[in-house]
Amino acid sequence: MSQHQPFTSATVSEERVLLKHGAGGRAMRRLIDEVFVGAFRTDPPMPAGVLGLAALDDGAAVRIGDQWLVLTTDSHVVQPPFFPGGDIGRLAVAGTVNDLAMMGATYVLGLTCSMIIEDGFPRRDLERIVKSMADTATEAAAPILTGDTKVMGRGEIDGIVINTSGVALTRRLCPASGLRPGNRLIVTGTIGDHGMAVMATRHGLGLDLELVSDVAPINGLIRAVMRPNPSAITAMKDPTRGGVASSLHELATRSGVGIVIEEAALPIRREVKGVSELIGIDPLLVANEGKAVIGVDAGCAGELLALLRAQPLGRNAAIIGTVTAERPGTVIVDTGFGRRLLAEPEGELLPRIC
Amino acid sequence: MNPSGPRLEFRDPVRAHGLVAALQQTMDGIDRTVTVMHVCGSHEQAIARFGLRASLPANLNLVMGPGCPVCITDMPEIDEACALALQGVRIATYGDMMRVPGTAGSLADAQAAGGTVDVVYSVAQAVEIARASGEEVVFFATGFETTAVATAAVLLANPPRNFSVLSAHKYIPPAMEIVAGMPATRVEGFVAAGHAATITGYGIFEPFAARHRVPVVVAGFEPLDILAALVRLAELVRDRQPVVVNMFPRCVTRDGNRNALAQLWRVFEVVGGRWRGIADIPDGNLRLRPEWAHLDARRRFTIASSALPTRTPSALAQQCICGTIMAGIAAPTDCPLFGHQCLPDTPVGACMVSSEGTCRIWHQYAGLPDLRQCPTCSTAGRPS
Repeated sequence: MSQHQPFTSATVSEERVLLKHGAGGRAMRRLIDEVFVGAFRTDPPMPAGVLGLAALDDGAAVRIGDQWLVLTTDSHVVQPPFFPGGDIGRLAVAGTVNDLAMMGATYVLGLTCSMIIEDGFPRRDLERIVKSMADTATEAAAPILTGDTKVMGRGEIDGIVINTSGVALTRRLCPASGLRPGNRLIVTGTIGDHGMAVMATRHGLGLDLELVSDVAPINGLIRAVMRPNPSAITAMKDPTRGGVASSLHELATRSGVGIVIEEAALPIRREVKGVSELIGIDPLLVANEGKAVIGVDAGCAGELLALLRAQPLGRNAAIIGTVTAERPGTVIVDTGFGRRLLAEPEGELLPRIC
Repeated sequence: MNPSGPRLEFRDPVRAHGLVAALQQTMDGIDRTVTVMHVCGSHEQAIARFGLRASLPANLNLVMGPGCPVCITDMPEIDEACALALQGVRIATYGDMMRVPGTAGSLADAQAAGGTVDVVYSVAQAVEIARASGEEVVFFATGFETTAVATAAVLLANPPRNFSVLSAHKYIPPAMEIVAGMPATRVEGFVAAGHAATITGYGIFEPFAARHRVPVVVAGFEPLDILAALVRLAELVRDRQPVVVNMFPRCVTRDGNRNALAQLWRVFEVVGGRWRGIADIPDGNLRLRPEWAHLDARRRFTIASSALPTRTPSALAQQCICGTIMAGIAAPTDCPLFGHQCLPDTPVGACMVSSEGTCRIWHQYAGLPDLRQCPTCSTAGRPS
């Protein structure tokens, strides 16, 4: 029927790195698999006691005595650098602290701070960002111990890029592959806040709404919930780029299980729900920067939920779903009207938001 | 505090369960599989988004017909727009139209080859471009009668002299006639689109229902609207009552919006023409009446679309089954390209280009919008 040349973007995407390859979805996972995992493979393979790149977790872990040393790194490129509820500095500290926490490592030994700044960047903005980093580091009890500064020519980067790395110790490592059928899934608070706030700021949606990013270090929250019974928590993931949908897919795939979530149980602010209906973006796909999706033993779910809700950062926590043995790697949404599959996000909903 | 706020009025799962039970009871009284068709991308979006098919009785098959205006825009119409762009005329159109392939490529290709193509969200925006630029601007107008009303209103409001319209608007009632008459579709009932019926009125479907002996139910777009419409439609099928029932009375009347209809028919007339992939539809195209010739790009310009190079259809394009999908005969999952070579980033057919297209919508919901096809999916995770 249709007489046309096939569209050529398939070949383009094979030859060039595109924005979607950095958006936390399937395209990014493919790029990492195809380019990095193979190239950085060690020979002989990593000995037991090292959780390395091939595990594709939030960070790596090295066994030291009866503890694990967890390390992670993250670069932050949000546009605009200041947004309601936070800024790139707070994001850079919280992002790395949270990645460590998702591995079970909530006591941070130290962070690094590496900045690449564009020629002409306002010094006042830089000072504001650094102050915000210092405050967030204090909040997370995560000292910034060393750093690096580079300045690039005008137009060579867009404003400022911040990389932070972090190291932390834990006795109980919590990889993303630990979900078991029967587990319940908890989200620690309202979803979609960060992405919607950035989107509204960037696009000047001009809505008279309080859309505020949730960016915050949640290592304290995770510590509170892990303390009484660390083994009750089977897996954790922070739903940043790609939102809760990406995290659920990653947990389901890595753990070899299916997931069913109840849409009505998802905690979503009214403002976020309203905007998402208006612009047609599912809050499940929108980034969060101060939340976790936690898999827990069903028997402990109520108790852990109560622990979370007793904390300021967890007061809107909710049980959102169940882990099943059926259809491994699949995420089903029960909408209350029926059921549907939740697609894994492919590429960018909105580039450069964290 | 409940951070999610009060539930929307038309999103009450308890009422939904009641409707699903009623639908099951009605369908239990019919000892065959019944196929009903809706004709609207927005209905498909809602059905997929809320997972409604998973709640439908096993013997009720709900398919999407020709409800995507982008998908049924025919290649010669795309060619006309491309040719105009390549002739140096500035084209304004809706974003989905950019990538729909014509005989010699898409508007995006024409733009890459030096043409000027602006993506607009409304016809009014196209008029603004004409006013601001002073250049000849042609609005490549697509959409069903609902959208055509907006185009008509602009033409009636004295647009600037450098503005004209290339109409690819379509009129859906005649297309329902054709699909109802296709032997392979076996559609026993239709769900009509509430927004289109808001303009046309539901009375327009009465001759159709009588002629084809099929019931038509007008439906809104909330999940409860759709379920309630299906309950009524199933009853009409069971009772063999080929009548039209309005299940969207908060917006739709029998006569429709007379003002809008008056404007529509002052500007447009129906002519026969091809709907891509489906058939020649008598009275299926909306074209400008002769008295609007000065605003009709087809009369204003000599469009050299026959001079466009004809490309040989690629091997992939020849496998595309968009046409049978739009006629409701096949599902996207019947297409070997769906989800493999044909993806939103690399669409082969128009149904994957447009956000109103069946293939695009199904892909957005992970390619399997009917979880009845997966036995464990309906019970997984439910407390036993």
